[in-house]
Amino acid sequence: METDEFILNMGPVHPSTHGVLRFKLRMDGEIIKDCQVVLGYLHRGTEKLAEMKTYLQFIPYTDRLDYISAMPNNYAYVKAVEELAGTEVPLRAEYIRVLAMELNRIVNHLVFMGSLLLDLGASTMIMYGFREREKALQLFEMLCGARMTFSYFRIGGVREDLPEGFIPKLNEFMNDMEKRITDYEDLINGNEIFLMRMKNIGVISAEEAINYGMTGPSLRGSGVNYDIRKMEPYSIYPDLDFKACVYPECDSYARYMVRVDEMRESLHILRQIVDTIPESNVIATQKYGVAPMTGMPYTAQTYFPRIFTPPAGEVYSRIEAPKGELGFYVVSDGTTKPYRVKIRSPSFCNLTAIPKMVVGLKIPDLIAAFGTIDVVLGDVDR
Amino acid sequence: MIANAYELIVYILTMTGIYEPTYALFQSFGAEYLLRVIIVFFEIGILFVFVLLTVMFLTWMERKVVAMVQSRYGPMVTGPRGLFQPVMDGVKLIGKEDIIPEKADRWIFTLAPFIVFVPALLVFIPLPFGESLIISDLRVGLLYIIAISALSPVAILLAGWASNNKYALLGAMRAVAQDISYTIPLALSAIAVVMLTGSLSTVDIVNAQSGTWFGIIPKWFILLQPLGFVLFLIASIAEMGRIPFDFQESEQELVAGFFTEYSGMKFAMFFLAEYAHLFAVSGIIVTLFLGGWSGPVLPFIPVQITSLVYFLIKTYVVIFFAMWLRDTVPRVRIDQLLNLGWKIMIPLALLNLLVTGFLVTAGVI
Repeated sequence: METDEFILNMGPVHPSTHGVLRFKLRMDGEIIKDCQVVLGYLHRGTEKLAEMKTYLQFIPYTDRLDYISAMPNNYAYVKAVEELAGTEVPLRAEYIRVLAMELNRIVNHLVFMGSLLLDLGASTMIMYGFREREKALQLFEMLCGARMTFSYFRIGGVREDLPEGFIPKLNEFMNDMEKRITDYEDLINGNEIFLMRMKNIGVISAEEAINYGMTGPSLRGSGVNYDIRKMEPYSIYPDLDFKACVYPECDSYARYMVRVDEMRESLHILRQIVDTIPESNVIATQKYGVAPMTGMPYTAQTYFPRIFTPPAGEVYSRIEAPKGELGFYVVSDGTTKPYRVKIRSPSFCNLTAIPKMVVGLKIPDLIAAFGTIDVVLGDVDR
Repeated sequence: MIANAYELIVYILTMTGIYEPTYALFQSFGAEYLLRVIIVFFEIGILFVFVLLTVMFLTWMERKVVAMVQSRYGPMVTGPRGLFQPVMDGVKLIGKEDIIPEKADRWIFTLAPFIVFVPALLVFIPLPFGESLIISDLRVGLLYIIAISALSPVAILLAGWASNNKYALLGAMRAVAQDISYTIPLALSAIAVVMLTGSLSTVDIVNAQSGTWFGIIPKWFILLQPLGFVLFLIASIAEMGRIPFDFQESEQELVAGFFTEYSGMKFAMFFLAEYAHLFAVSGIIVTLFLGGWSGPVLPFIPVQITSLVYFLIKTYVVIFFAMWLRDTVPRVRIDQLLNLGWKIMIPLALLNLLVTGFLVTAGVI
């Protein structure tokens, strides 16, 4: 019988491309012969927009990159600008920032687990994940009034101090979460079908993963101990006790397990922060560029001017976002607006490894492997 | 002894004194067969309404079970605890635009949803809902059921091919591959039951399971055929195309599988057929392995009613199991499914057959 290969355009409107992504697949029946990733359906020109905004005005745009975990995006940007200007950030502000980021890491991994299991056809996990996520989002709401697009961090600190009753509610969340993670593991980890779908699927060796520029949990799933929080410590991470979770199996299951363990580690970090958070200002009090407005209430705006001019120069600053290495390259020409902002987003770089992983596998494996890379299209296309 | 639903209707009519004069009236025209046809149509009407109501209830139940597992409420607004949600869904689907893709094969595309409903209804004919509540006690009832359920992939293939859509075609292909590989263990494990009863008639199979051992343990074939039961259950779920085996429509991979292009009432037909099939298959599992409608006889209540209640309770337990399974496990991959079917289930079914044959010949069971 004569057979023929055919081209399958998977996406951009497809239930499991996590947004608007297109896979151009050359298929031999169910087997993928070739995979091409077509990007750009969500391109908003964020980097160009940055050149037309003042430094402070750009913060809300960073929320829209990886909208599942906006806190680390905020942080990566303000960290870059702070390094450019040499701002001293108060210690309490750093603690609050790390607290918010680690909480966001848990939220991100909950969404990851939910959507991965949904991709595999189990609809229950996403409901459980979103139930816990809701509690975390309420905590974020207490912090800054927003649930997804926070814009909570300011250059030189955070917008507001922790509100009344935040810490007890956080403790409640952490105690709950501890039990929940065990629940999820009972539900998922031992499931024979889940193991069949995840083990030895989407294998990418450590060397290849590095060559493709993968970072974060996806890289650590390939057995590379690479965590920027450890490699190039920033903020208060050197003072915290935590370990980078590494699994050497290189397959989808390893990438999943890294994230489950990271949730535990994040809880551990949160507990340390709650125990040791110091008292101080939450926004830098130095004066930059123009003098602060007088007679205003004690807010970020009083201490930190809206029009802010860092000295001319350039800086590349990177952090360990929940999805991998998130870097901001900011060039200042000494004016009120950045000359150039380049964003190195983890989702984009991790996504490039997909064709390598899935050639020779089947469509369901593509979905599973893609799910374990944990990609947000807002982060890919920028 | 009333053999089937036709005779039951005649019996009821006779008891109320309507049958004799009506029969005499038809006889005076020389058209007794007409009365017979009318009663049969009445019977089929009841079955049809029953199946449709069951399907509506099942869609509601499915949502409620999913909601229960996922710790939420499910439909709550329309009617008491959202019980009228299926009605509203039906109204909505009727109101939807009926889209036929430009390059689709119009005739087959339109016909497929109706063809898919036919086997789903036909399969109810030899299914005993209770003592004498059966449309027709075919002597080859079990064979008929297996043959009829093997028809549904034809309709699915028609739908998938006519849609002229790659996802639909892939879904249809998968459905056919899956159905072929799972009908065999299904039939093989059903044959083991036939070896115990020596009859293909569903009524005989149920009768063979009435009564108890030691006065307590019901003589259900699940106890004599545990392996057969498990194989039949897995194969049935695969044949129904439910998670973990729902390849024909695995939405994360193939959008909606073979009914990707369908909308409005045609889509609803597939949906209805799926749930009718779920009910039918659960009924067959109950009939073959869980004692059918047999159960303790209660005084003062006609056995027809008690047996119907027993049958429905058992069937809904099986349905609940299928729904529960759907909410708990992920989907296996298509090649893993076929491996499971050909390399594990068929050898096991044959082994089961062999052991049963030995035991039956030796006179142990």
